[in-house]
Amino acid sequence: MSVGIIMLVHTAFDRAEQVARHWAAAGCPIVFHVDRNVPSKTYNTFVNAMSDLPDVRFVKRHRCEWGTWGLVAATQEAGETMLAEFADVRHVYLASGACLPLRPVQELIDYLADRQTTDFIESATTADVPWTIGGLDQERFTLRFPFSWRQQRYLFDKYVQFQRAVGYKRHIPNGVVPHMGSQWWCLTRQTLSAILEDPERKAYDRYFRRVWIPDESYFQTLARLYSRKIESRSLTLSKFDYQGKPHIFYDDHLQLLRRSDCFVARKIWPFANRLYDAFLTDQDSAMKRTEPNPGKIDRIFSKAVERRTRGRPGLYMQSRFPAPGREGGLTCAQYSVFEGFSDLFENFEPWLAKATGARVHGHLFAKERVEYSDGQHVMNGALSDSAKLRDYNKRAFLTNLIWNTRGERQCFQFGPRDMIEEIEWDIAKDPNAQISVITGAWAIPLFKSNKNFSDIRKEAALLQQIESEHLKALRSEWAKARIRIWTLAEFIEAPMEPLQTVIDEIGKQYQRGLAEVPKMADLTGFGQFLQNLKNQGMHPYLMGDFPVAHGRHEPQQSKRKPYLVR
Amino acid sequence: MSLWQSYIMRLRRKRAQIRAWRKHFAVKPVRDRTKQIKPGDILLFSTFRNENVRLPYFLQYYRKLGVSHFLMVDNDSDDGGREFLTGQPDVSLWTTKASYKRSRFGVDWLNWLQRKYGDGHWTLVVDPDELFVYPFCDTRPVRALTDWLDSSGVRSFGAMLLDMYPKGRIDAVNYRPGQDPVEIAAWFDPGNYMIERNRSYWNLWIQGGPRARVFFPDRPKKAPALNKIPLVKWDRRYAYVSSTHTLLPRGLNLTYDQWGGEKASGVLLHTKFLDTLPQKAEEELKRRQHYSGSVEYKAYAASIQRNPELWCNWSEKYINWRQLEILGLMSKGNWA
Repeated sequence: MSVGIIMLVHTAFDRAEQVARHWAAAGCPIVFHVDRNVPSKTYNTFVNAMSDLPDVRFVKRHRCEWGTWGLVAATQEAGETMLAEFADVRHVYLASGACLPLRPVQELIDYLADRQTTDFIESATTADVPWTIGGLDQERFTLRFPFSWRQQRYLFDKYVQFQRAVGYKRHIPNGVVPHMGSQWWCLTRQTLSAILEDPERKAYDRYFRRVWIPDESYFQTLARLYSRKIESRSLTLSKFDYQGKPHIFYDDHLQLLRRSDCFVARKIWPFANRLYDAFLTDQDSAMKRTEPNPGKIDRIFSKAVERRTRGRPGLYMQSRFPAPGREGGLTCAQYSVFEGFSDLFENFEPWLAKATGARVHGHLFAKERVEYSDGQHVMNGALSDSAKLRDYNKRAFLTNLIWNTRGERQCFQFGPRDMIEEIEWDIAKDPNAQISVITGAWAIPLFKSNKNFSDIRKEAALLQQIESEHLKALRSEWAKARIRIWTLAEFIEAPMEPLQTVIDEIGKQYQRGLAEVPKMADLTGFGQFLQNLKNQGMHPYLMGDFPVAHGRHEPQQSKRKPYLVR
Repeated sequence: MSLWQSYIMRLRRKRAQIRAWRKHFAVKPVRDRTKQIKPGDILLFSTFRNENVRLPYFLQYYRKLGVSHFLMVDNDSDDGGREFLTGQPDVSLWTTKASYKRSRFGVDWLNWLQRKYGDGHWTLVVDPDELFVYPFCDTRPVRALTDWLDSSGVRSFGAMLLDMYPKGRIDAVNYRPGQDPVEIAAWFDPGNYMIERNRSYWNLWIQGGPRARVFFPDRPKKAPALNKIPLVKWDRRYAYVSSTHTLLPRGLNLTYDQWGGEKASGVLLHTKFLDTLPQKAEEELKRRQHYSGSVEYKAYAASIQRNPELWCNWSEKYINWRQLEILGLMSKGNWA
């Protein structure tokens, strides 16, 4: 009793021959089907090359194009020959020219001998699996597909649309339930002969001839009718990417394939010399009676597909440049933006760095230069501190900074004195941004400054206008960032609570409460300063309701000791 | 509107082809071995001037990757490079004294050669100071990549220019012929690249890196473009329009994904910043044959006299392609 191999070949004949000799050496009879698209000269050379092997047959050639009936016809033809000519074959293994046996053939023979009535064929109903490519799952069985998907895509699509429009639905013969799965199977003589000798075969063939990708459903469906015992998995390790084309194995997959314990792998790159050498010659490896375990390979390939379809959010590079709105998040990690805090607190930046352990920058979008933390001139990723380079593409600047510092929380100051145009919207719309604003705090540096009052008035008017525009962005319906806004008056009433909230959100490690508070600027006389602005006709409203006189609303913090321990 | 645009693009493509034809008269064969080219061979096209010192390693590197034939245009070298290449069995060599600038920096010459010899082949267009790095290049030859691209129905493959530089002064270490230039120029900028999309040609415009950081911090717009599409399954109807940055038809420029995913891409290690540069900069300034009035070389010359150090604290030392992949400079896409 032995295993018979059906080999479908259309290219890389030297490799096919090499593998066939390997099968033959273990006593497996082989039936070849060679694609009719192959020139007859090549075909004849191949037939001659194989002529020294006794148990090799060639069957009538069909035209095999992906997704068409030809592949099934070829398999049927080869199956019939196999069953008729080799009477002691119990299992028939369907393989291609790009398949490579990974374990000694004898192990496969023994494995199948232990499971004499089991059919190994992946077979699932369409409702249960998300395998399909091109959005056709159930429809591949209920519509007709006379056109080639590869060569006549336009007609293919139009004809599908047309059938949908008129509500055409095919009748499935004898009410069989369509199943699908990997086209590489291993069936018992009983099951395969039952399928091929079925009195209804003509009806089935006629039906499947117009199904889309029948090689993934013909045997998979009909095996369900006759098999005594189906193991719904393929013994051939074969992985497909998101376009439905098989992943290819190269020399560097050698260890991975060794550890997979699979019997056969596909598809092997024809020039992967190391793989062919290793698996076709080295036969003295210990006989393992282990089950195939392709888990690791699965993971690698599914990761590759995810890299292709989802990519790395927050990364912009030469082969990932999503159109606006399709980024999957502007940046790759969370970061914090503080507005007005460094105006209100004298030592806010060092304090924040100490309290959170995050990287705290100054005003990254300042007019003169990029104020990186600790006064550095170059930052992670070799980002320059040139304001012109930054302003040339602010969005790239921000996304680069966050990408380059993956693993380290970034905080920076932001405000109406900065070059916030455009980028304010990007930040407001970014779900990774945590924005905390004390509105009107920009007036404090003016209050402390030694400028002429008319200049102060002019600047205050400008800053107020910029900030109120900015607040519109933050409050717009498109803003996706985590945004907190306090007016200056509100904030200094009880500064600890908002600070605590913001900081808790940044880091988990400092849950005990704040040991130190930052030192607040001395605001004595600030109320009067605002009143003076009002008296000049410039109404500062973003600070909230700030009383003019010294009174109970005057901030207490300024009179306290600068540091306290809770 | 888009029909009109397509028509304009068609005219531009035709113009590029006509230019290539016009300029080819000035290009004379020195050693034509193109009869050796077999169907399916991977071909390399390059133009050079006085690069003799780099040529031995250049050939060695690309032969190892599996390039079958080199088609090179010599632009009036006088350093023995031409004689060296004549003796190489897999090199076909042409020479010209014509203006580099007026052949649009060699594009016209190469377009002609590609049209004549590249049809149906995968073609790689690189300068002698560019080393092509792609996913798995340490274990798989270029043919593995092109076979995979073929099976995926992809016709062009992008590889960004990555400027490599030494630590310390550019002229501190002497480069010897045959040496791997990355041994000296081992450092690069890992994350300061800016990208915009070109609306008419659909390609990405990438700027940044050490050249923007050191030479053009005040004129970022002038910083050189780093996007390149060097590997193309050539068809005689195709044409490069400006260096290898832009191709026509425009569909070839779509080497990036716009839906958030990543396509596979590589990197061209640009080893220009060796001790050979100062001399070259001086010469090129005199010849004024480079892009945009040689603004780039002017900037080099100015900075090089001051302090020719590109290295900074955040420079990264080159290890292999996997490092570039992790940093996000290139991608495996769904090739595994």
